[in-house]
Amino acid sequence: MSLVEIKNLKVHYPIRSGFWNRITDEVPAVDGISFNIEAGETYGLVGESGSGKSTTGKSVVGLEKVTSGQILYNGHDITRRNNRRKLDYNHDVQMIFQDSLSSLNPRKRIEDIIAEPLRNFEHLSKQDEKLRVLQLLDIVGLDADALYKYPHQFSGGQRQRIGVARAVATNPKLIIADEPVSALDLSVQAQVLNFMKKIQRDFGISYLFISHDLGVVRHMCTNLAIMNRGRLVEIGTCDDIYNHPLHIYTKRLLAAIPRTDVSQRAAHRASRLAVEEIYREQQDKYYDDNGRAYPLVAVSPTHQVALPPDIAQQLAHQESEADV
Amino acid sequence: MWKTILRRVLIMIPEVIILSILVFLLAKAMPGDPFTGSINPKADPAQIHHLMKINGLYDPWYQQYWNWVVHLFHGNLGNSYQYQEPVTRLISSRAANTLWLALLTMVLTYALALPMGVFAGRHEGKLPDTVIRVYTYVTYCIPFFVILVIGIWIFGYVLGWFPTTGSISADATSGFKSIWSRAYHILLPAILGALFSTVNIVQYLRSEVIDAKRSDYVRTARSKGVPNKDVYRHHIFRNSLLPIAAFAGYSITGLLNGSIFTETVFSYPGMGLLFVNSISYRDYTVITALVLIYGILNLLGTLLSDIILSIVDPRIRIE
Repeated sequence: MSLVEIKNLKVHYPIRSGFWNRITDEVPAVDGISFNIEAGETYGLVGESGSGKSTTGKSVVGLEKVTSGQILYNGHDITRRNNRRKLDYNHDVQMIFQDSLSSLNPRKRIEDIIAEPLRNFEHLSKQDEKLRVLQLLDIVGLDADALYKYPHQFSGGQRQRIGVARAVATNPKLIIADEPVSALDLSVQAQVLNFMKKIQRDFGISYLFISHDLGVVRHMCTNLAIMNRGRLVEIGTCDDIYNHPLHIYTKRLLAAIPRTDVSQRAAHRASRLAVEEIYREQQDKYYDDNGRAYPLVAVSPTHQVALPPDIAQQLAHQESEADV
Repeated sequence: MWKTILRRVLIMIPEVIILSILVFLLAKAMPGDPFTGSINPKADPAQIHHLMKINGLYDPWYQQYWNWVVHLFHGNLGNSYQYQEPVTRLISSRAANTLWLALLTMVLTYALALPMGVFAGRHEGKLPDTVIRVYTYVTYCIPFFVILVIGIWIFGYVLGWFPTTGSISADATSGFKSIWSRAYHILLPAILGALFSTVNIVQYLRSEVIDAKRSDYVRTARSKGVPNKDVYRHHIFRNSLLPIAAFAGYSITGLLNGSIFTETVFSYPGMGLLFVNSISYRDYTVITALVLIYGILNLLGTLLSDIILSIVDPRIRIE
């Protein structure tokens, strides 16, 4: 059984308008997605901004009211608040946020910020609590004098590491990392990501890694899902996605990764433009009448793609021929 | 921390000097004099002239000011022309009345406004929020003295629950009885003052709570698994209190200004009533002394606000 199973998750935001402020329409931020996160793995969730990645992440932590669908954690549906409380769900599942400054309370000391999740779930004595906080700071490579400082007194990278320390304080099983390094510069990104990997190795944590940076995702993840307009367009292993992309959106996303190889500049540009051209031509075909992706079709045991019905059929046909 | 406060206190010295000059000049700029009409309607103008002269009221302003400051440092604020007794004694006998009234009003105001503000912010857009908002705006729209007069009429005259004048009843002479009588006399003005001055605190706190509850660190706290009541207590309420704390010092001075209305309407013998009387009698010594005291209290109020602010918000301290 997977650690987390997300089944047909939908989160729709109401649009209120008119004199009485009644609900007149909905924004389907997340519109029926399903995937599983295994224990100890890093699952990547990739997509452009506004595609519903963060909403998915927040629903998994329980910060978002789910419209319909299920999120099963060890077999328990945690979209219901009572279940979350019963399981001490937020003891096991923590979240790291993108903006490290605004997500830390500006008027609390680092000691209190990191100790708060401990105070919620574990009743330690003052001394044990302090020891634990020091230990956590040590894990993320910060000095003891950080205890009495306030969040604004740190650099961006240090703050994000505090965010990581806070998230691992309760020894969680799963951490939702919502673009944890997007706001950091490249050298600091590597530093924070390597800390996250180290912690994963040491404590066996699973990550749901939300990002729009495909390079970072490749470095971190074993499986990933590509999200577009509230639906998944392609899920698979790193190899499936990076080497055998099937959906035009995935191809376009991959073509947009900047390359450092200057000698091939013209060739890269040409291939990028070609992908863009195909995307423009075939866009209508790959999305249904409402501009949404089609349901996922399995093309291999690990690889699923949201293909239009006719291509899916064609593919299935080819495969059955190959089997013969 | 101490550096911040010390620097703030040093800034107050020039402020007090400028304040004292302004107070003195403005009091002198009032037309009229303290003697005409107060001695005898048929008094000889030459005699008034003579009185003005021996009291130094014809001297150039800087000389008068200098005399006043020198006396001030000897703890002598002069004699009241109207009451013929030292201003210091006159004021000190009334200061306690005003301060108790202001203090009780403030405590009641905060006790009412803080829960209302948090409650309204928490249930933004729902019925309790609407009720609280309507209440604060209605109280804001009605002039304070009108409220006082209506309050006296209803609770003092029609229902007879509270005394309508004075600070103590004549038969309460000693001990517990006199304390109770004093408290009983300030209760109605304090309750009315509190009920009708919540608007600033409630509105500020409400909008701060609404801001804070959507902020990222509150989201973080929720993701940490902090129970909802603790999210409100430790994260939202604490951070929303900042502008209210910054307000606190000023609101003390606001209450002292309000005391002028309250004490006049209730004929409550405090500094406010004394002030109004002194103005109508051109009792210069009392006026200048009172305005100076109110001004210094204002400065102390802002000092208090700044100190509270630097305690609450670690980011504005000088390290």
